[in-house]
Amino acid sequence: MVDRIPILKMGRYLLLSIQVDMHDQLALDLQEDLTQQIVKHRAKGVLIDISSLEIVDSFIGRMLAHIANVSQILDAKVIVVGMQPAVAITLVELGLSLEGIATALNVEKGMRWLERNVDEDLSLECERGDDPDLSAEAGD
Amino acid sequence: MSSSVLTDLLQKHEAAILQDWVAAQRQAGIRADLIDEQTVQANSRDLLRVFITAASQGTADLDAEYWKPVKALLQRLSQTQSRQGFSPSETATFVFSLKEVLFSYAQRHTDQPLVCIGEISRLIDKLGLYSFESFVSTRETVIREQQESMLELSTPVVELWQGILAIPLIGSLDSNRTQIVMEALLQKIVETESDIAIIDITGVPTVDTMVAQHLLKTVTAAKLMGAKCIISGIRPQIAATIVHLGVELGDVVTKSSLADAFRLALREQDVRLVANKPR
Repeated sequence: MVDRIPILKMGRYLLLSIQVDMHDQLALDLQEDLTQQIVKHRAKGVLIDISSLEIVDSFIGRMLAHIANVSQILDAKVIVVGMQPAVAITLVELGLSLEGIATALNVEKGMRWLERNVDEDLSLECERGDDPDLSAEAGD
Repeated sequence: MSSSVLTDLLQKHEAAILQDWVAAQRQAGIRADLIDEQTVQANSRDLLRVFITAASQGTADLDAEYWKPVKALLQRLSQTQSRQGFSPSETATFVFSLKEVLFSYAQRHTDQPLVCIGEISRLIDKLGLYSFESFVSTRETVIREQQESMLELSTPVVELWQGILAIPLIGSLDSNRTQIVMEALLQKIVETESDIAIIDITGVPTVDTMVAQHLLKTVTAAKLMGAKCIISGIRPQIAATIVHLGVELGDVVTKSSLADAFRLALREQDVRLVANKPR
């Protein structure tokens, strides 16, 4: 049994790949870890890969929505990638359509989406004269 | 006692009975286009042989072990005939034509024709029913197989362009079919990594609340996976029905024709089609 889901930092983004069946405690721990990591690394985007997740229940579905909302408040964009058809059908049947969460078919497309959206924000900051100082962040 | 009378009769006149039986079948009409006379002869001979063997061991209980070969043979014959397209009465005639033949033999060659005839009648009726049951159950299997293949046939997901899928729905939709459509579409989205799926309902005669609900579910599920759905081919009556039923289509993109939907999909994929200059 895995007791923590690893969160990887890659540049301005956090990657997390859920490769085990989520149980409730795991989901709660993940939420806590993720919020801490977002603040610590000043992450601009979070990519959640659930391509290996085969079973969801209403709790996990709500947890995903919750994680996304919390991250958004912390100014990190969240994208869920690689949802399996069976999982998507289950979530729809449960009435959870994950409103407001971006989704993509695979990690590649998800990453492209993050880059496009986060870059837009950064370019706005640059126009205002702020320096995003990427090198400092990368060495964080 | 009557059993032994019957057995004696059968064993003594086996060859003659066979001949008369085949003749009776010929008279009733053999489907020359489906079966030749040699096969009829062979089938009759096989059945008569196992019939006599079983009858010599007892005729009271058809569920007994020694009647199994007869039943197995009947089942095999009925199944083949069912698949070959024989009519039910043609299949039943095969067994029932034996009855008349046996009656005439019982009348001519036994001391107690009535007892013997009663027994023959009972036996043949049961065997006839049994062959009929096999016939019908085979038919049902065929129907079920066809239904399944229809379901598979009726849900093709086609790739229109790189990253653009279309699923043309034809015929009425029920929950069962929509479920299969939904799964096929989502599976194909994963396989081809398509960003856009066009659901074309030009061929769907009616849309009720259930169907609309299922369509919306499919669209939402696709969205959860990261693909976008466009519904096309909504006819005026169906549009009126949807509004009348109060179904909320929400932010689902709808287009009147598949061409319009395809054009939108191309634009979203940043693909531009340019017409050649006239030469």
